[in-house]
Amino acid sequence: MLHANHLTKIYNTETTALQVIDDISFEVMAGEFVCIVGPSGCGKTTLLRLLAGLYPPDIGEILLNNRPLLAPSAEIGLVFQKANLMPWRTVFDNVRLPLQVHHLPAGVIKQRVDDALELVGLTEFAKHYPRQLSGGMEQRVSIARALAYQPKVLMLDEPFGALDALNRERLNEELLRVWRIHGQTVLMVTHDIHEAVFLADRVLVLSQRPAKLVQDISIPLTRPRNLAIRYKPDFSKLAYRVRQAIQ
Amino acid sequence: MISTQTRQQFTSKITFKPFVDNWKRYIDMFLLPFVLTLFTLSWQLVVWINDYPTFILPTPVDVIYTFNKVLLDGTLWHHTQVTLFEIFLGLTLGITTAMLFGYGLAKSHLLEKILAPYLVAMQSIPVVAIAPLIIIWVGSGYLSKVLICALIVFFPVLINTVIGIRSVEPNLYDLMRSLQASRWQIFTMLELPAALPILLGGLKIGVTLSVIGAVVGEFMGADEGLGFLINQARGLFNTPLVFVAILTLVIITLSLYGLVTLLENRLLRWRK
Repeated sequence: MLHANHLTKIYNTETTALQVIDDISFEVMAGEFVCIVGPSGCGKTTLLRLLAGLYPPDIGEILLNNRPLLAPSAEIGLVFQKANLMPWRTVFDNVRLPLQVHHLPAGVIKQRVDDALELVGLTEFAKHYPRQLSGGMEQRVSIARALAYQPKVLMLDEPFGALDALNRERLNEELLRVWRIHGQTVLMVTHDIHEAVFLADRVLVLSQRPAKLVQDISIPLTRPRNLAIRYKPDFSKLAYRVRQAIQ
Repeated sequence: MISTQTRQQFTSKITFKPFVDNWKRYIDMFLLPFVLTLFTLSWQLVVWINDYPTFILPTPVDVIYTFNKVLLDGTLWHHTQVTLFEIFLGLTLGITTAMLFGYGLAKSHLLEKILAPYLVAMQSIPVVAIAPLIIIWVGSGYLSKVLICALIVFFPVLINTVIGIRSVEPNLYDLMRSLQASRWQIFTMLELPAALPILLGGLKIGVTLSVIGAVVGEFMGADEGLGFLINQARGLFNTPLVFVAILTLVIITLSLYGLVTLLENRLLRWRK
């Protein structure tokens, strides 16, 4: 479904060239949940933004369904580190944004936004403004917004990084529930090893900058996964394997 | 509709102090008329005690009498109409050009480098120094007043447009790009609403200055308008009429300011 071939990204400043991504190749199957982990500042966010088509790689190419990805695509829904909501729009209008940009008919928009809000459990907050929400709720709105356009691929950039541990656990389970219903392909960047192991079918481990792909670890834990699985020995072993792979 | 449960959640965050609340509301309601009455009475008192002649300092009663007279014979309305027309055209012209330039400056550093020195230099020249030039160039008709008005409105609106557009969160640009929004959609759905609070701030300064612009223009040479009326009344030592004209200008400025505030309350409801 998604192929990354020899991706390389170099940032040119006035004095030096900084290589951020170094020859990364991998493949993601349709419906797979893949997490990308690595030390902070290694270029995980850059990699995800390349994969989302926000900017082009210097070397290499991205294929989405065997077609080269040259610009942002309607098949990809993006969730950012910060919720990135428009403070002047209500929750409903924020979720509506992608559908409005693509000129969908009003009836369809209403239905899809309602569905997306129901999915993240925020139906009764539709008319609230972002500043009336907690951090966790804001991030749920931003996930609803990414889902509203019904993308084939969902890309998330450390979406729960700013939340406390309990909220994060809760949203992890919610994300899995959404994924089970819709079956999108999910690509998520995180620096939290336990989060990655809990969520993913596969964990891609990146090295320090310039980021190389150092290991591709599959997570054979059974699904559906719940809180209890986090405290099983298998889980710890896998988490330890991922941790060892990160230098 | 918001369910009652969530409404309770939100209202419970606010602690109500009904007594203090009512007290404050009464003060708000009566403060303005009270101070205004006090001011007028002391004004009347000062004139009585010192026995100033009317052409030095008229009493409030003189002013109200004159106001009534010029209101009834249509003089005041005629001159007010002229000034309002100039202000309206001047504001439209000034705001439109300022926003266009401001957007260009905010988006292009090259344009900013080229234009910024001249724009700042222009601002350093007092409008009363440029006004005679403008009258020499375009004549003493209403056009010169419109241009002077536009000129004085231009700068604050320009600066606030630049700051407003530059204040847009870069992440929101990424969001719009990831949604494949067009340039026009980015403008209408992101830049305009994001810049609006700062833009309206500039507009508040702009509308108050616009009145000054029109009057300065009329001072330099005109045969109608409130600025002309002040000039004429001054020449005739009709000081009450000067007061009436000034009062009318104050009312115009307050109304314009109030209009922008109203607009602000409507458009920026999300900040409440």
